[in-house]
Amino acid sequence: MTVQSAMPKCWNEETKPHKFCPGCGHGLVLKALGQAIDELGIQDKVVFGCDIGCSLLSWDFFNVDTIQTHHGRTNPVITGMKRANADIIGVAYMGDGGGYAIGSQHLVSAATRNERITSIVVNNTQYGMTGGQMAPTTMPGQKTETTPYGRDPETTGSPTQGPEMVAAIAPEGAYVARGSVANVRQLKGYIKKALENQMAGNGFSFVEALSLCPTNWRTNAKDTWKFLEEDMYKYFKVGELKVPGSQEKEGQ
Amino acid sequence: MPEKPIQGEKKVFVTGNEVVAWAALAAEAEIMYGYPITPQNEIMHYWTRTIPKFGRRFLQTEDELSAGFTTVGGVLAGRRAFTATAGPGNILMQEPLSMAEAMRVPIVAVVEQRGGPSTATVIYSQQEVTLTTLGGNGEGLRVVYSTATHQDLFDYTIKAFNTAWKYRFPTFVLADGYQAKMRESVVFYDPAERGIKMVPTEAYVGRPGMPGVDRPPMHMRNTYNMEEELYEVLQEYLADYAKAAPEIEEHEAFDTADADLVVISHGVVSRACKMAVQELRQQGYKVGYFRPITLRPMPEKALREVAATAKQFLVVESAQGQLARLLKEAMYGGTAEMLTLFKPGVGVTSEEVVARVKEIKG
Repeated sequence: MTVQSAMPKCWNEETKPHKFCPGCGHGLVLKALGQAIDELGIQDKVVFGCDIGCSLLSWDFFNVDTIQTHHGRTNPVITGMKRANADIIGVAYMGDGGGYAIGSQHLVSAATRNERITSIVVNNTQYGMTGGQMAPTTMPGQKTETTPYGRDPETTGSPTQGPEMVAAIAPEGAYVARGSVANVRQLKGYIKKALENQMAGNGFSFVEALSLCPTNWRTNAKDTWKFLEEDMYKYFKVGELKVPGSQEKEGQ
Repeated sequence: MPEKPIQGEKKVFVTGNEVVAWAALAAEAEIMYGYPITPQNEIMHYWTRTIPKFGRRFLQTEDELSAGFTTVGGVLAGRRAFTATAGPGNILMQEPLSMAEAMRVPIVAVVEQRGGPSTATVIYSQQEVTLTTLGGNGEGLRVVYSTATHQDLFDYTIKAFNTAWKYRFPTFVLADGYQAKMRESVVFYDPAERGIKMVPTEAYVGRPGMPGVDRPPMHMRNTYNMEEELYEVLQEYLADYAKAAPEIEEHEAFDTADADLVVISHGVVSRACKMAVQELRQQGYKVGYFRPITLRPMPEKALREVAATAKQFLVVESAQGQLARLLKEAMYGGTAEMLTLFKPGVGVTSEEVVARVKEIKG
């Protein structure tokens, strides 16, 4: 039985259809987030922060208080808010450039301080808004505007493993997972857990969402999903990497 | 409720950084975000030692970008929030400050100037005037108070919070390493007892009610799709700033009415200039004294009045003309000759000012 699920209640209908390119994964990630917010009944508590890059197009996406920040600076803005008002449920939403390149020091520090915020990084393996340049997450051999002959790990390094890094440095209480827009139900579950973990005051809650960018990948529908589910999955393993209370289990 | 940090008035002999911390406490600042850089560190030291007693908060961030952006977050949550920095930290601080300008977020930043460019010295300068007044990729929609004494530091740190929250422009207290580190007498007071009412803060996000149902959601952005959209927003901001400027502008002056030459300086240098002008007056020189307290907005009207009668200005600063540039802009079209005593990155004594005036006057 497949039923087209309704628009999440916390979505702002007036700004739909959304501003993302056709085929973009952001809409799916934001749908998962919207559903999680609805299920938890926290629309009036959430403050949603979006970054620079494609994520900024979500500045009026929800009927929740929203602040669009600077490139890479969403984690500190939401951190500052949460530190000033613990009743806020802070969500920092950004792309892989904002999370792992220009804002990496903020991600690392928010993780090591176990900031009680939920940080979501959308990984589509390149910089979308600026026209498809290499990102920290670009796959080896992947062609982008700044790696026209394919990314050479020898000179440009290997794709950043964001959740693995966060899981390695965040203290007990943190929640870390990687989901995918190819499995929105699972992704929603991860995001919901990440919100619940913040609400419980346990620690930093981080979800990377593997996403799609047919515009800059220059792929048709079939190849778009193929790139995500075959190529990206080889490098980026979907699953939970750190769950509060299961520290010992992980060490076994 | 925690007791008031300062009861009544008390005269103390402390460093400038300690003054700033106590002024922020007295001004009911609720949270400070900061990153270590000399010479502002002791603001954080005094703040963190004192706050448990008064229920205030602190976050040490990973850098000044984060210090500025977390301060923005704190203000958006409705708190009287501030940060402090210097030199290279002030450079990084300009990024969050530009966002605060773009979104009318009333953050307060204390800057203790050190030598520049680059890491230079941790000691002293007046070389952060251009950066602090006009930094960022915008139009300088901020307020900058330049302090000269520890009493100024106390008074204007309190005032900075009120200016920021009243007009919703980011506000700086611009001091320097000398003021930060030296001790002098200052009177601490409870603002309420002096009739100073703290402008109430207001949350931008997280207000009561269901967004989209009971109230519109707060959607704040600093990105615009079209040139016209930005233009429209900026016209409103610029009009607000122009309207607020005459209310914000402050200066100090004496002996200007009959002066041939007016010495203009700001901050700690104005103390040497004040002494020099008083000494020169006693010796019969027709000199005057002018000190802009707000460097942004510049007290343009008062300056032009002085410029209408004085034949010469002597601009004295511990920088290579950063104040002079602002003055030239403010006094464009005036006929007074502009003479200079620039000592970038080093202090200025009254003897040097006296000697320079005598050199000019023969």
